[in-house]
Parts: sequence; C-alpha cells; structure tokens
Amino acid sequence: MVKKVVELKNVSMNYHTLNGETQAIRNLSLDIYNGEFVSIVGPSGCGKSTLLSLISGILKPTSGDILVNGEPITGPSSNLGYMLQKDHLFGWRTILKNATLGLEIQKKLNKESQAYVEHLLDEYGLADFKHHYPKQLSGGMRQRAALIRTLATNPDILLLDEPFSALDYQTRLAISEEIWLIIKKERKTAVFVTHDIAEAVASSDRIIVLTKRPAEIKNIHEINLTCDIRTPISCREAPEFRHYFNQIWKELDVHV
Amino acid sequence: MFKEGVSKEHQTYLKQYRIRKASIAASQISMLVLFFALWEIAAYFKWIDPFIMSQPSRVFKTIMNLTADGSLFTHTGITVFETVVGFLSGTILGTIIAIILWWSDFVAKVLDPYLVVLNALPKTALGPIILVWIGGTTSSIIVMALLVSIVVTILNVYLAFESCDEDKVKLLWTLGATKLQILSKVVLPSSIPSIISVLKINVGLSLVGVIVGEFLVSKAGLGYLIIYGGQVFKMDLVMTSVLILAVAAALMYLSVAWFEKKLNKMR
Repeated sequence: MVKKVVELKNVSMNYHTLNGETQAIRNLSLDIYNGEFVSIVGPSGCGKSTLLSLISGILKPTSGDILVNGEPITGPSSNLGYMLQKDHLFGWRTILKNATLGLEIQKKLNKESQAYVEHLLDEYGLADFKHHYPKQLSGGMRQRAALIRTLATNPDILLLDEPFSALDYQTRLAISEEIWLIIKKERKTAVFVTHDIAEAVASSDRIIVLTKRPAEIKNIHEINLTCDIRTPISCREAPEFRHYFNQIWKELDVHV
Repeated sequence: MFKEGVSKEHQTYLKQYRIRKASIAASQISMLVLFFALWEIAAYFKWIDPFIMSQPSRVFKTIMNLTADGSLFTHTGITVFETVVGFLSGTILGTIIAIILWWSDFVAKVLDPYLVVLNALPKTALGPIILVWIGGTTSSIIVMALLVSIVVTILNVYLAFESCDEDKVKLLWTLGATKLQILSKVVLPSSIPSIISVLKINVGLSLVGVIVGEFLVSKAGLGYLIIYGGQVFKMDLVMTSVLILAVAAALMYLSVAWFEKKLNKMR
C-alpha cells in the first residue's frame, strides 16, 4: 500500500473583500500518494493556485482539514517545496547563494547542507555557474537553479505552480523534461498546477480536473501511456496521448 | 560581425556618432566660455555695473584672496560637512521610519495624512523655530538639512518597500521565513536602488536646508558668506560663493551618482 502524503478533507476556502465574498474552493477532498506526479488542471481563475497555497500552509482553509504525512499543517513546513511561475532568483545573489536561500532561512546552512546544494548544482549542469549572477544565465538554467533552491531544503513534496509559463515554448518543452527527470531521480512527490493540457498528460501519473470557481473535483484521470522510455517528450508519441488530451479538453469546457 | 574590417556603412555610422558626441561637448564648453567672456567684457566696458553684477576677473581675485588666508576651504568644508551629515542622517532615519511603516500597516495608515501634510509643508519655514529651540549652532543647521530630506526619504523608501515583488515575498513565506527575514533577505536588498536614488535627491535637498540654516545662524559656511556678502554689498564675495557652491553641489551629486553606478554594476 502506497503511503498518503497529502490528504485534503472537505476543504473550503472563501475570500473576503469589501465587494463581497468569493468562494474559491468548495468541499474538496483529495489524496496524494508518495512518489506520484499529480497535475491539477482547471479553467483559469478556478483556484488552482489557492489550492497549492493551502497545501503549502501559507493560507489557512475556511473549513476542512489538510494533512501532510499524516499531520495537520500549521504553517509552512520544510517537508514541502514551492516553485512559482517565475524563477524569482535574487539578482543580488550568486546562483549558489540563491540555492542556499531556503537553508539560510530555516537556519540549516552548514558544511553538510552546503555540500549537498553544491552536489545538486554539479549534478544538474550548473557547476560552472555557481558564482555567476542570475542575469548571466539563460531562462532554462535559471529555472533549473530555482528547482535546486527548492530541493536544497530536501522536501518530500514539491508544489509546482505553473513553473514554466514564463518561458518560450521550445525552452519550456526542454526544461519541463529536465525538471521531470530531476524530480523522478530525486524521488519526490509532485503536485503540478498547469493550464497546459499536453504538458499535464505527458508528465503525470494522475490528472485532477477542477470545475469553474468555486473549485470542486470534476474528474480524476489515471494516465497510462504506452511508451518505451517514460519521459514527458517521448510520451507525447504514445497512442493514448491524444485520447487523454481530447477528453480533458472537453471537460474543461472552454468558451472564448 | 564582419571579420575583415568594418563595412563602409558602419564606418560612416560610427563617424557620425563621434561627430555628434564631440559637437555636443564642444557646444557645452563654448557656452560656458561665452557666458564668462560676455560677463567680463560687459563689466569691462561698463555696460553693466561691476559693483552690482561683479565680474569674472574680480571673482577670480576673490578666490585667490580667500585661498590665501585659507577661509575658502574652511567655509566650503563646513558646508560640505553639514550637507553630508544632514543627508546621510536624513536617509538613514528616513529609511528606519519607512521600515516601521512597512512593518505595521496600521501605523502606516494612521500616519499617512500627517506625512502628506509634512511633505507639502516647506520645511524652511521651520528654520526660526529650530534656531530658537536648538540655538545658533551647527546642530540646528544639520537638523534643518535632515528635516528637508527626511519626509521625501520616508515616502520614497516606503513606496519602494511596498512595490517589492509580491511573489518574491511569497517564495520566502513558503520557505518559512519570519517577517524580519523577509525584510533583510528581500525587501531591503531589492530596495537598494531606490534608496540610492533617494540619496541623490537628498544631496540637493539637504543643501537647501544647510544654506537656509547658514543664512539664519550666520556663523560660517558658504551660506554665511553669501548672506554676509549681500549685507555689506560685496557682490564679488556673493558671486564667488555661489559659484563654489555650484561646484561643490555638483561634485557631491556626481559622487553619489558614481556610487550608484558602481553598485548597479554589481547587481
């Protein structure tokens, strides 16, 4: 039996502004298992990012419970790593200094953890750029550096909030392949929010389709693609790929 | 790029660029020379009264005299010192107050109308009050310089803090940062360019405070020389002091601008 690492139980989230109340998420229950790559897709503005913020502990749900590794969350935890849309590397820090930011904040920066970060940078092709500044790197390299910053604190679960949407299409294909491989190699659980259906189908074990706001689960797809090498780009060739794509596209029910 | 030399077209382009740059510099210099030459000639032929309008040669003589007895350096030094102390303390105190406002949104909202009024108020109007409260000393001149620059600093630095990228702050929250860490790791470092540009504004503003302060205190400094020269009708002294003040102000501004450029290169 695979361990549940994230459990959402009847989670609802409301926002209050002077103009009124907005229901972002309604009575949503979801389990995520260890080592899974789960994508969350849904119409824009449906509360996908809110869902990630809730899991990460920076927002508190209006009602319902969220458990990470069986424990209720009380705030940001080092079990979880968050990756945002842009790399958000700090221009005034070198790549190495950017990568150790999380360790610095959690006061875990020591010889051992620094060596681990340097190992990650070496492993994933940034060895020669440790002492460079972010503006000297290409978009793809920056995104890789941002992933290493997230991995540095050694979280079990990665929350990816459209991490490639700021990149151009070619870079995006290449980097999402690379990052997928890194996540698999480091044996992390990933929760991936995206609006790119193809990207979701190519990389996920499971896809959760959300409804329009207030977000509820519309459908869950187990993705089983027939491909020799299981990586996002080669899986785009799988015969089932188009079938999943079309089905999810229909469920999203986009009207322009 | 062409390996074998540069194309003729590109050569013409580069040449035109150099010509344009040189002609701008030449115009700038000849404007200055022409201004002083006209001034000198007009005074020499008594088209203008050199007693009231002064004259470059007399200004030069005054500079020589003031240099000889060393008072030029004393007065310039005092003014520069007061300005530097004024604008540094204005910038540092202003930044500290901006940090307090950033820390507590409630305090920021409460103080907002007071800051607006203080910003609109011409701070030089407070000169006589400061003179009475603190006395006719260097301290009241520095306080004057500080008052002129502090409100602008608070408003600009607070604005820079508030416009710090929300997602960068969010990233730190997700890493479990405290508010103090958010301040020291993102908000302050990302606001350094704004703080430096405030520093540039503050050089000019503090100088206004210092000169007004020296007018009132009337003991030493370029402001004192100007007001003294005006009172005893020594227009040569007034013009000399104004010219030296212009040079000193420009040098102070340029050194901050140089510092800014150095810092930006590092980022």
